[in-house]
Amino acid sequence: MAAVPMQRRDPAFRKRIVTVVACLLLLWPMLVYSEFKPWILFDAQSMRATGAFLADFLTPAHSLQFLTMVLEQTWITVAIATCGLALALLGAIPATLLVTERLSISLLGTHRMRLPARALRQFVRVVLILLRSVPELVWALLFVRIVGLGPTAGVIAIALTYCGMLGKVYAEILESSDAHASDTLLANGSSRMGALLYGALPESAAELVSYTVYRWECAIRGSAVMGFVGAGGLGQRMDESIKMMAGSEVATMLIMFVLLVAAADLVSKWLRRDLV
Amino acid sequence: MNHINDMPPIPPRNRASLPLVLGMIALVVASFWTLNLEWSGFWSPSALSATQDFVSGFAPPEMSAPFLYKTFIATLETLAMSALGTVLAVAAGLALALAGAGRFGAAPRAFVRLILNVMRSVPELVWATILLVAAGLGPFAGMLALAFHTTGVLGRLFADSLENANLHAEHTLRTNGAPALAAFVYSTLPLLLPQMMSYTLYRWENNIRAAAVLGVVGAGGLGGMLKFHLSLFQMPQAATVIIAMLLMVVLVDAASFGLRRALTR
Repeated sequence: MAAVPMQRRDPAFRKRIVTVVACLLLLWPMLVYSEFKPWILFDAQSMRATGAFLADFLTPAHSLQFLTMVLEQTWITVAIATCGLALALLGAIPATLLVTERLSISLLGTHRMRLPARALRQFVRVVLILLRSVPELVWALLFVRIVGLGPTAGVIAIALTYCGMLGKVYAEILESSDAHASDTLLANGSSRMGALLYGALPESAAELVSYTVYRWECAIRGSAVMGFVGAGGLGQRMDESIKMMAGSEVATMLIMFVLLVAAADLVSKWLRRDLV
Repeated sequence: MNHINDMPPIPPRNRASLPLVLGMIALVVASFWTLNLEWSGFWSPSALSATQDFVSGFAPPEMSAPFLYKTFIATLETLAMSALGTVLAVAAGLALALAGAGRFGAAPRAFVRLILNVMRSVPELVWATILLVAAGLGPFAGMLALAFHTTGVLGRLFADSLENANLHAEHTLRTNGAPALAAFVYSTLPLLLPQMMSYTLYRWENNIRAAAVLGVVGAGGLGGMLKFHLSLFQMPQAATVIIAMLLMVVLVDAASFGLRRALTR
């Protein structure tokens, strides 16, 4: 009985080789464009600078004065996020009322919206898209030029971006809820506000609140980052310390930052569970 | 006729959330109180005219061919940065995920998960400013920053899906004498590949958006151009860069939406 010779060759050999070659061909221009030069990391000068910077990390700055400053800046970061979100709500709620199709009377029964109503909805929708498509950091960069360094630019940046996000998502949440109650109210002659408050809101309130709290958490992360372009808070101090190569200060602020993000995460989880 | 009595009783009010709502209102009031925002400076006539000058400076975006070409190159740089950063993060994330899924015991699992959490909670932009010290100005630092943050995100996701995977095939290979690495590569990895691929694409989409602004701290790409022209008050050029950013984000959104729809259909 002759032993069947065991096939050792990979049956997908050719396909694998072609894939690898194609990937390498794609990778080449990318490496060029991103100036991929890992050896920079290991050149003597860079190693020395990095080494000194990182060695400083091991002893986080902990003088009382510095810690008080860090806590104060952390509060400012939270305050920027909170103010920004509060202002965003001022814009997002009216925008939602305008955009959401749940409150359209002409849509009832006919399934066709009147032209002016459709035009207005489309217009507000485009405005919201523009507001949220410009990254918050770019808004902050622009407003730092207009209102100067400090938290005001950060608050406006968050307000504009989050107005766009909240307006869109609020409308989507309202439209995905069961239409029966609000449609019945509207068809029987209730006002739009009544249909919203007694028909649409009770069903989607929990989801709306939970999404808002989640966005608040995102805004805290965003406001910390926006400090790097001069919009105040923890980020701005961190930027200054990095520029002065004060590794110990950066270490303290990084720890504070990680704790802040974790705390916001926790509070947001807890709020969402409690409110829903 | 007394209609009121026919109505169902008024539902009881939920008083449990009252302190929470009061707390939130207190937080908002305290925030506005401590920030003392400079609205007066914002709405005063002189500020308004300055704002108007600033905004009208954008009006005709710079559209000369050489500048458009430069913007296009910066866009490619941004895309390359995001793609390479994501690729590196996939490799590093997968390597860390093996330990993070408890394959080498409970202690390494806890340790790796802690590291992944820290990597994840430091945003790309903060990574970029720190890495500028080691990698110098330019897209390379931005790419590394994206790689670090995304490793934290993907490592965690990969570890979770590894832990939840059905290991039946791998156990069979192992009991039949396959070495550990081969058993993993030929059984569990192909099983998880589609899920990992979708996480990776999702993160890549995020990274493109992040890469666009990373340059603001000196990490190359479109953000670098924006910062450069804004600090020289060259508004038409800045406007072009912002438009390029918007176009890129919108195109990526559309592509991802189309791809998702094509894949799920």
